[in-house]
This record gives sequence, C-alpha cells and structure tokens, in this order.
Amino acid sequence: MKHITLTATNFRPVDGPRSDNLAGIKPIHRILAPFPVAYFAAALATDLAYWRTAEVMWERFSVWLIAGGLVMSALVALAAMSDLAFGKQRPAWVRALGYTVAVLLSLLNVFVHSRDGYTAVVPTGLTLSVIVVVILLVYSVTAGWTLTYRRGERQ
Amino acid sequence: MNTSKIHHTKLPRLAALLAVGVASLGLAGCDDTGGDPRVQIGANPVLPAIQQYLLPPIRIAPPVPWGNDTPKVSQGLQIHALAKGFEHPRSLYVLPNGDVLVIESNGPKAPVFRPKDLITGVVQGLAGAKAKDANRITLLRDSKGDGVPELRTVFLDHLNSPFGVALIGHYLYVANTDAIVRYPYEDGQTSITDKGTKLTELPGGPIDHHWTKALLASPDGSKLYVGVGSNSNVAENGMEAERERAAIWEVDVATGAHRVYASGVRNPTGMQWQPETGKLWAIANERDEIGPDLVPDYLTSVRDGGFYGWPYSYYGQHLDPRVMPQRPDLVSKAIKPDYALSSHVAPLGLAMYTASALPAQYKDGAFVSEHGSWDRTPLNGYKVVFVPFSGGTPSGPAEDVVAGFLDQNSHARGRPVGLAVDRTGALLIADDVGNTVWRVSSAAASSTSRQGS
Repeated sequence: MKHITLTATNFRPVDGPRSDNLAGIKPIHRILAPFPVAYFAAALATDLAYWRTAEVMWERFSVWLIAGGLVMSALVALAAMSDLAFGKQRPAWVRALGYTVAVLLSLLNVFVHSRDGYTAVVPTGLTLSVIVVVILLVYSVTAGWTLTYRRGERQ
Repeated sequence: MNTSKIHHTKLPRLAALLAVGVASLGLAGCDDTGGDPRVQIGANPVLPAIQQYLLPPIRIAPPVPWGNDTPKVSQGLQIHALAKGFEHPRSLYVLPNGDVLVIESNGPKAPVFRPKDLITGVVQGLAGAKAKDANRITLLRDSKGDGVPELRTVFLDHLNSPFGVALIGHYLYVANTDAIVRYPYEDGQTSITDKGTKLTELPGGPIDHHWTKALLASPDGSKLYVGVGSNSNVAENGMEAERERAAIWEVDVATGAHRVYASGVRNPTGMQWQPETGKLWAIANERDEIGPDLVPDYLTSVRDGGFYGWPYSYYGQHLDPRVMPQRPDLVSKAIKPDYALSSHVAPLGLAMYTASALPAQYKDGAFVSEHGSWDRTPLNGYKVVFVPFSGGTPSGPAEDVVAGFLDQNSHARGRPVGLAVDRTGALLIADDVGNTVWRVSSAAASSTSRQGS
C-alpha cells in the first residue's frame, strides 16, 4: 500500500520521460515551475539577512528577487495554460491552488517590499516570505514540480 | 554551545515577529483620503497615526496649458506674466539693479535601485516633472518697472542643475547640484562668459534624490547658507548616503570651508533672513508614504546646531518606525518646527516681504510657494500662501494669495516654485509647469501702467 503511494507521487519525475513518451507531449511548465521557488527562497534568505543587519543592500536584493520570481511565475502560468490546452493535461487543483496562493502572496510581498526603510521587510515582508516558501516547499516536495496530471492518469 | 544559545533566543523572536507581520497585513487597506489641511497649519498641527501602504497612493495633476488664462490673486492684487516660454524655471533672483535672473533647471537622472524607481520615473513624467532642463540662467531687464521686460538674454549657460543664486559684492555665487561656483559680476552685465571658480563641492550624485541647493548670503557677506536635501525619502538608501545631507550648511566665502549649521531638515528648499529679528528661517519638505496627513511640511526658524528630526523622528520627537537602527540620543534633541504648512504641499519658494508696494497686510510676513502634492487625495498645495508675522514669529493662519494653478478638472496649468521680490516690490513667481514667470503687484498702484496690455 505504502509502496504504491510513493510511486504515484515522489517517483513521478523519475519515470516521467517514459510516461510522457506514452502521452506524446511533455508538460512545458514543469521545466519552469522551480524558478519562482528558487527566487522566493532566495528572497527569504536576503530578508533574514536584512532583518539581522538593516543593511539596505539585502532589502534591494529581496525586492528584485521577488519581482524576478513574479516574472517567472507569469511564464509558468502561460506554460501551464498551454499544457492544458495542447498538452493533453488536466489541472491538479490542489497543487495549482497552493502554487497560485504562494504567487499571489508574493505579489502582495513585492508591494510591501517597495515601502521605504525597515518596515519594507520587518515584520510583514519577512512574514510573507516565510509563508510563501513554506507553501512552495510543501508543493515542490509532494508534487514533483508539476501543476497538472496527464489525462487519464490516476490521481 | 554558541549555536544552541542562538536557537533558543532567536526562534521565539522570529515567531513573534511573524505573528505581528500577519496581524499588520490587516491594516493595509485603510481609508487614505486626507483630512482638512487647515488643522495642520500653524504652530500645533494635528498629527494622525502612521499608516503604511501596500500601494502608496499616487495622485498627480496632469499638466494642461494656461492658454490666455492666469493664476487668481487675492483682492487688492493683480497678476500677469512677466515672461513666458522658459524651460522648467525653478528659482528666481533679483540683482541690485533690478535685473531678474530666472534659473531654468531640473534634476539629474535618478538611478534605479528598486523596481519602484521605474514606476516613480513614469509618474514624474505624467506630472510634467521630467521636462527637459535648460541648465541655464536667463536674465530679464525691466528698467521702467512696468512689468514688461525690454531685454531677455542668456545670462549664464551650461550649468549643472542649478538652483540657488546669491550675489556678494561683485561676485555671483551659483549653487549647482554638486558645487558652488563663483563668477565675477559687474553691475549691468547681461551675460557671463567667465568659466567660474569652484568655491566648494556639495553632495551631488550618483543618487542625488533631493537635488536642489538653495543659497542665501549672510548680511555681512562673509558666509553662504546652503540647503542640502536628503538623499532619500526616509534613509532607505542607507545612512552612509546621507552624509552631510538633510542639513543647512554654512560655507565660509573666503575659504570655501563648511560646517553643518543645522541638521535633520529633510529638504530645506528655501531660506531667508527674518527682517525684524535677523534670524535664519527656512521652509522644508517632509517625508512621504505614512499617510495623506503625515508629515506636515514646515516653515521654521533655524537654530545653530539644531537637529530637526529627520530621519529618526518627525515634527519633533514622533518616531518613524521605518528607520533602523534608531537614534534615541538624537531624537531626544529633535526640535519641533515653528509653523506647519500642512502635509505634502511641497514648499519650494520663500520670500520675506519687506517692501511696501503690496497692500499693507503683507508687510513683514512670508510668502511661501507650494508646488503641490503628488501622493495625496485630495490634492494639496498648488498655490502661493502668505504667513503673517508679528514680532518676528508667525502670527496667524496662512492665507491663499495666488491660486488657480489647478483647473476645475484638477489638471495643473502651472506649479509655483521659486519666489522673489523685484525692485518695485512686486512678487515674482516661477512656474515650472506653465514655464512662465508671474508678477503679482498691487491692483491700485499699477493699474495705470498696465493699461492696454
């Protein structure tokens, strides 16, 4: 029982290419999905650095990283829509919703980070960065970087 | 050993911080319409609680042309254009022979440090604040004193974002954004070709957030006072970028040596000697993004060695939480300014009126030009006000003297900047959106001379 569960989730990326060949088209958004996670996680690191040092360089890194993550998120969304339309994919609602919430919180966060001075990060900006990274870590660990299922695949 | 200690102390702190962070998100969407500005005029402005924004309000007045219209003046006054067709006229200076210098200038290109800076650039463009700057001084000569200049020449060209000008004896001092330059000047001269001599450098680029350098000579001609604005809204570029900024400098004319005369003044854009007391007075632009009614811009006497709060506190000792680390030692010394002008009006011109050509109520008071807000609803400023003085201190509420810079659709036909009093006692106003210099004179006195115009 346990063995079957693991195969269905954690190991999907490993056996992905074979099943994708069977499906015909590889989901494009899966290539892009890790980028926002990396940007937002890096922003959390620079937020923590700013919280401890109040050195403006870290705050500037944070706001550019979050902005960069949002740009990549837009590309992920476009790619996911393309996968749904042409890639024989259907939405994985729970994962897609989690990912979307994280991106929307990051959109709030880029505005908070655009404030002037220490309150651009502490406490609200840092809080948002933590929540976003926690959501995305849960998503990326459990979902293998994909927001969709292949049509006909068992959930 | 060490690490375990850190874990014990820091993790609960982080948790507490996150709790506060979540709670403060709920405060983000407050009502952000400003209140009646009149409660923020005078010695004791009402100061609301700080608001922090997700999206800072931006409310600009898009420029529209004046056409044949003019600003509106109070009863007993009249106004007309002394001259038009300037390129972003920012300040004015009247030479002893009556010649008027019009300083046509704009700030240097601002660097982009954050995504926000890209948006700020677009907004300034929409408000007409990004106009091409001529970086020159134009001379107007009106020998008859009838408000119709018969001569207009390029007086001094190829400057670097000039603002303040002061004549001491036969030397003209021009405050570029990065240096005070001295030029020899003879009475009646209509242009200067001399390359000039640098008296002292001033804090300039690469950021140069508040670029204007106001200038005022001491009555004995031995010192120059320079308004040096801050390099940020509230120190978000780091305190190392604020070295000797947000201050009024005292520069020794003989040697070029300087000292900080007063500090903590966010952006001192105009200075004058109060005629009765001989004290130094200044107008200052206060900080943004903590609400439509914070922080009032002000007019104040300036004490030698005084600290006026920026960036750590505002209007005396009200702490600004955006500044880290705080400086309680400095805040405890912060001086409350004398007279609030209300929030975000952006005072950019100051003229103490000692002449007697205008109606008697204007004698010995201060004219202040309010360039107008860009981040407040409803708009505030966009007019020239008069602050009455008695015994050397403000003695009543500011009254509107020149208004009508906004049309009925809240579009800006002009924005008042530099002020000066000409040889005849008329008030001159530089308008950097209307690209005009306006002349306000007494309706009674000059009604004959202006007939037929």
